[in-house]
Amino acid sequence: MCTTARFRLPISTASEDCAEALAEQVRDAAARRTPLSIVGGGTKAFLGRRTHGEPLDVSRHRGLIAYEPSELVISARAGTRLREIEGLIAGHGQMLAFEPPRFGEASTIGGTLAAGLSGARRPFAGAVRDCVLGVTILDGQGRRLRFGGTVFKNVAGFDVFRLMAGAMGRLGVLLDVSLRLAPAPKAVRTLAFDEPWPAAQSRLNRLMMTPLPLTGAAHRDGRLFLRLEGGEAGVAEASSELGGEGLASSTWDELREFKGEVLGAPRLWRLSLPRRAVLDLPGRWLINWAGAERWLVSDAPTETIRAAARDAGGHASLFRGARDGEAVFEPLDDELMALHRRLAGALDPAGILNPGRIYEDL
Amino acid sequence: MLDRFDDRLDPTFAAPDRTRLIARLKGVLPADGLLTTPEAMSVYESDGLAAYRGQPGLVALPRTAGEVRRCLAVCHEMEVPVVARGAGTGLSGGALPFPGCVLLSLSRMNQILAIDPAERLARVQPGVFNLAISQAAKPHGLFYAPDPSSQVACSIGGNVAENAGGVHCLKYGLTVHNIARLEVMTIAGERVVIGGETLDAPGFDLLALMTGSEGLLGVITEITVRLLPLPTHTRALLAAFPHVRGGGEAVAAIIAAGIIPAGLEMMDHLAIIAADTYAKAGYPTDAQAILLAELDGAEADVAAGLEAIARLCRAAGASAVRVAADEAERLRFWAGRKGAFPAMGRMAPDYYCIDGTIPRARLADVLEAISALSAEHGLPVANVFHAGDGNLHPLILYDAHAEGEMQRAETLGGAILELCVAVGGTITGEHGVGREKINQMCAQFTPDEIAAFAAIKAAFDPKGLLNPGKAIPTLARCAEFGAMHVHHGQVPFADLDRL
Repeated sequence: MCTTARFRLPISTASEDCAEALAEQVRDAAARRTPLSIVGGGTKAFLGRRTHGEPLDVSRHRGLIAYEPSELVISARAGTRLREIEGLIAGHGQMLAFEPPRFGEASTIGGTLAAGLSGARRPFAGAVRDCVLGVTILDGQGRRLRFGGTVFKNVAGFDVFRLMAGAMGRLGVLLDVSLRLAPAPKAVRTLAFDEPWPAAQSRLNRLMMTPLPLTGAAHRDGRLFLRLEGGEAGVAEASSELGGEGLASSTWDELREFKGEVLGAPRLWRLSLPRRAVLDLPGRWLINWAGAERWLVSDAPTETIRAAARDAGGHASLFRGARDGEAVFEPLDDELMALHRRLAGALDPAGILNPGRIYEDL
Repeated sequence: MLDRFDDRLDPTFAAPDRTRLIARLKGVLPADGLLTTPEAMSVYESDGLAAYRGQPGLVALPRTAGEVRRCLAVCHEMEVPVVARGAGTGLSGGALPFPGCVLLSLSRMNQILAIDPAERLARVQPGVFNLAISQAAKPHGLFYAPDPSSQVACSIGGNVAENAGGVHCLKYGLTVHNIARLEVMTIAGERVVIGGETLDAPGFDLLALMTGSEGLLGVITEITVRLLPLPTHTRALLAAFPHVRGGGEAVAAIIAAGIIPAGLEMMDHLAIIAADTYAKAGYPTDAQAILLAELDGAEADVAAGLEAIARLCRAAGASAVRVAADEAERLRFWAGRKGAFPAMGRMAPDYYCIDGTIPRARLADVLEAISALSAEHGLPVANVFHAGDGNLHPLILYDAHAEGEMQRAETLGGAILELCVAVGGTITGEHGVGREKINQMCAQFTPDEIAAFAAIKAAFDPKGLLNPGKAIPTLARCAEFGAMHVHHGQVPFADLDRL
């Protein structure tokens, strides 16, 4: 049973507190040692390995808990829709600096945190984990635990709240999250340069060493796109210094919404690399994060792609289109995997929270 | 005093065979790498929290990661507790020796191994001083952003262990936001590499977990930090307020206006007097509070931002607003702030620095409550703090030689921290829990949460050998501490709104 909760700011959806019902379901599953599949909006079901646990539906546990614009913090239940939060804070001239990808209307803030994905602003403004201030979770025994809080500087206890970012539910069921907000920039400008990747890469390596108000650097179809954000004067000054062609900013929305031939492909690789890495792999590329995140649609064998990423000092994951049983993320070495298993065991001794979602044996 | 470990409330270990331990450690360390006499070990009795002292069993001084690894393996096998120590500047007793421990000093591992300007990374050993990284990066037009006040003397390994902040973290983040990769030795002597020269790594975010783990999970033997391009223009402004509340309101107004200064610092009257006398900073000594704001970026944006801040300060009741005319004056403004702690040393024989964080909106309320607590406990408190992120540093002035004053300072400090928790904040913003705030952890976390921390610790260190008695209290300690602090069903600060 969920209970209706109230919050003084007007929001479109109902506000419901289902924490107790969820805790009961987790306790029951733990007693039966039956795996659970945590589900929010279901828009990122493609991410990670397929799992077959009993569904634990967090989407009804939703609604705002606190929002004080001058504190630059929002706290919401995990099932609250991302779109709703972004709409509300935009009305106060604020944003989520990590620019979370949007996979559809139903995406929730809990799923956004659990997936740990960050958008084009990542190299310049930080990742999801850099914006998390606190979480309340259910551990694998259904106990309600709160880590972190609503203040930016907080070093009491281990940073379990940051650990939840990208853990895909394996370390706990997110109940509510507190995120640090950033003021939206006063001025935004997108510049485009017609040049192939090698030339764009050299340009970026140079630019990254200079103090520019850069907040986006992507390359696709023979064009480099740069985004400048900040004060009017600084953006104007930097853009006249950089040259290029001024554009409307729709490029960044396309990236956020995973549209286009590469990002929309049914089988899509994601490579996380040192910026200056040079890879020789066949296929269609889309490059983000100034070269540190590269998307690839390729027929090359899985091991060829993984080895190329590894040799360049990075790692590859099969972002979308993994077949049943196929590995998604770069395998960990033995010591690291042993640590991962013990860590999961610490928070979920019965091993019921999304087992197998990240790795088959985790 | 908390520097006495308690068999009932803290972890305990059987005494090892000392002769055998010495022989084993000598076998894995260089000839001058093991201190065994009380005289030689005396400098390791305390860290920056000098009021707390303890005796290590032995002090190990490894020069390489391999030596660290082998030392840990020996201690693990012989079940001897290990306390890792960097430069020993920490303010929470995190490097306080556990009685009979092997104190593992990483200060000899002090090399900058590589600077990679194109990737904006620096690979360094844990004993490198914080400021040395920025100095080495400067020829490339880069810097390492986190800048604790102790940056000339604190080491990067300790910064990672404590998730150190500094005056510029409002804009640039804490240590956790500015590192890429760690090489860590587990207590069992296994080498684990966490993170990488990429913006993320497969699996759990162990980089975040390890940062700020206060030496409880592993020993860091190498760190890759992220560097940033040096800003082209940096300017500072000083605003004086006839009352503290006005300063607090100005801080909230600046943030609400969408301005994120590189630094936003506040000092109260007592701190202003002390800092100005010490550093000749040119502070208005009749003010009840001053606000220091620094902006960096493009010249025109900085100028526009300063104008906006000046306007907001005046609207909040500032009696004077002064923009530093030149670089020399800007550095003078900061000299006062950065010298505030040593300046306190001239105001009283001893001072005790507290480190809570609160929501910005509660600044004025909390400062008034601290002033009431100060009167109640009969000890003056000066306030110097990172106002932009609500991180308070009340400095309690006392005299350790006066009967009972140290205990009163400790009690007052504890009360201030519980006040921070009561208004929705935290007991430590950047100094760490260490030994000092071990009891207040029980005020901030429930027994279930403490048990979860202990389980995470056990996942890395099943025998509990790494830095025992620090950061995470035992449940026995919390049971005792809880009983002490909830009298007649009353929670502390019942009259304050809970967030």
